[in-house]
Amino acid sequence: MTFSLLIAQLINGLQTGSVYALVALGYSMVYGIIKLLNFAHGDIIMVGAYMVYYAIASFALPPVVAIILAIGVSTLLGVTVEKVAYTPLRSAPRLSLLITAIGVSFLLENGAQLVFGADQKSMDPLITGSVMFGRVNVSYTAIVTIVVSLIIMVLLWFVVNKTKAGKAMRAVSEDMGAAQLMGISLNRTISMTFAIGSALAGIGSVLYLAAYTQASPTMGSMLGIKAFVAAVLGGIGSIPGAMIGGFTIGVLEALVAAAGFSMWKDAAVFLVLIIVLLFKPTGFLGKKMQEKV
Amino acid sequence: MKKALLFVLVLALMAIPVFAGGSSEGASSGAASETITIAFIGNTTGDYAMYGVPVRNSVAMFFEQLNAAGGINGKQVKLLEYDDKADGTESINAYNLAKANGATAIIGSVLSGASIALSDVTYDDNMPQISASATNPKLTVMDPDDPKSEVKTNVFRSCFLDPFQGEKMAQYAAQKYGAKTIAIFYENGSDYSEAIVQGIESQLDACGLKVVAKEAFATGDVDYKAQMTNIAAANPDVVLMPIYYGEAGRAITALRAAGCNAKIIGGDGFGSVKNYASAADLEGTIYMSGYAPGTPSVAKYEADYQAKFNEEVPNMFAPLAWDASLIMAEGLKAAEAKGLKAGSAEYKQAVIDAIKGMNAFEGITGSYTFNETNDPIKSVAIIKISGGAELFDEFF
Repeated sequence: MTFSLLIAQLINGLQTGSVYALVALGYSMVYGIIKLLNFAHGDIIMVGAYMVYYAIASFALPPVVAIILAIGVSTLLGVTVEKVAYTPLRSAPRLSLLITAIGVSFLLENGAQLVFGADQKSMDPLITGSVMFGRVNVSYTAIVTIVVSLIIMVLLWFVVNKTKAGKAMRAVSEDMGAAQLMGISLNRTISMTFAIGSALAGIGSVLYLAAYTQASPTMGSMLGIKAFVAAVLGGIGSIPGAMIGGFTIGVLEALVAAAGFSMWKDAAVFLVLIIVLLFKPTGFLGKKMQEKV
Repeated sequence: MKKALLFVLVLALMAIPVFAGGSSEGASSGAASETITIAFIGNTTGDYAMYGVPVRNSVAMFFEQLNAAGGINGKQVKLLEYDDKADGTESINAYNLAKANGATAIIGSVLSGASIALSDVTYDDNMPQISASATNPKLTVMDPDDPKSEVKTNVFRSCFLDPFQGEKMAQYAAQKYGAKTIAIFYENGSDYSEAIVQGIESQLDACGLKVVAKEAFATGDVDYKAQMTNIAAANPDVVLMPIYYGEAGRAITALRAAGCNAKIIGGDGFGSVKNYASAADLEGTIYMSGYAPGTPSVAKYEADYQAKFNEEVPNMFAPLAWDASLIMAEGLKAAEAKGLKAGSAEYKQAVIDAIKGMNAFEGITGSYTFNETNDPIKSVAIIKISGGAELFDEFF
């Protein structure tokens, strides 16, 4: 592999990784706050992608409106799912919550197939063209995707660490009971976490469509699993961890595929996950968990 | 540790296929003697439902029209429908159910993998089977690599073979485009895709072609950027893509985004690819097709399909499914004409003999004669994409 090809493949990986990272952030935030692996998260992206598709292909709305619509609907859906499916189970065993999340995921996937049809919906690329950096061809889509996700991550870091709402989220994540005693509204904070996570999913859906131009009912499942792996790899519950995890997996996939082992791409991802979990069960940046006695 | 266990559990749960009601058997079985029961088996839900649904639609429409016109030999044809989710095990389960419900012929399945699994069991029962879309040689032959291999004499198809169109793709690249170097992008683990690749590779020497890049993706994968970057770096004259249209749309978008402007040739899985990538990216792409849209013989079918399902004929499997139904109905007619009892061994054999004996039987996608391995002898229609439309170019 020549040097320019390697750089091109790394950019491919960063582009894919950006989407993984955005989705992983949603997983990580929700897990951080209510210790739930929200497996419906990937499917929220799917709904967001359909929104973009219908807004642009069917109603010919300008892309900006479509993007706002996708983020809006994803956020609303995320919060609705939380209110309808997860809130009633808050004191139930974690496993019930997990099974419910899987149920919601199936509901969304099959519901989408019913409503939108089984075939992929395809639209023209949101962004076209590419630029040559020396001998490396970089598409504008890749540049936009990477830049947008970096900006979002900085914004998110700011929200979580520098605002009052972020402080409330961190407090709830640390100790739900104590946070409540300090006057933090549990329901509001959890809904807020879901809203932010789902909004990120909405943005992720736009970036996904920019890269792959197709929405299908099952698109969220593999994407969700990859993002979940990214979250676990980076240390679930950790925001910088989700970003690092996402980029790691994206780059890993690109390099494995570039080396001609595209069919081993998923296997490589899961293998790395297993190895990391064996040696560092909390992931790259995960907090060491101590059993309370 | 607990988390790891949880993770494994969750993955296992994710792997459990979604349950969705599939079959739609009629409850009544009173007038059994007055109906001929046949079954459609195909994937109408799941990842590949966009291939299965149009096939089901065409088959259902065919027998609806046939029944409205008086059926066969005064008898109505009862069509059982089973969803196999493109999974071989499910196909076999569906087949057993169909048999228990009195089916005397099978139309299906849709994708090659499931259809082959199905043909292995129908062969044991000498049950007439026709697939509209399974283009893999193994559908009708036990071991395609062995020229003396056993033929599944009861199994037919209305589409042409995978390796056959691979040969045509390579020939087209060399003869029409004067290509010297080619790249191949295929789906790893797909019977369909790999068989076409075989066909392409069998023609390399004869056509003077050199493969400068051979890239693949795993089923279900959506990200082809890395492979396309490799192909672009190899700078081939023509890129051959023996894959299905949804993936093809993404692949072409990714290939152009990687800065490669080589000509693209697809297989028959490309049908309706125009809906899956932009007109600009697709301009000039050609593909091999088993049918020529807009030509007179398919006009009525296309109008009927549009009227009944309120959408354009989505892909070539749909009209091929009509032909599969037509061929099966012709077989049933022959068996009925002999006064045999539906479901009996003689009846099934009569259906099979009638189909095997067809000589230039006119369907809507072309004329059918079946060769020694029950594959139709048909010419390939070249479809060219221009200005975002898929237009019939020529027969090749």
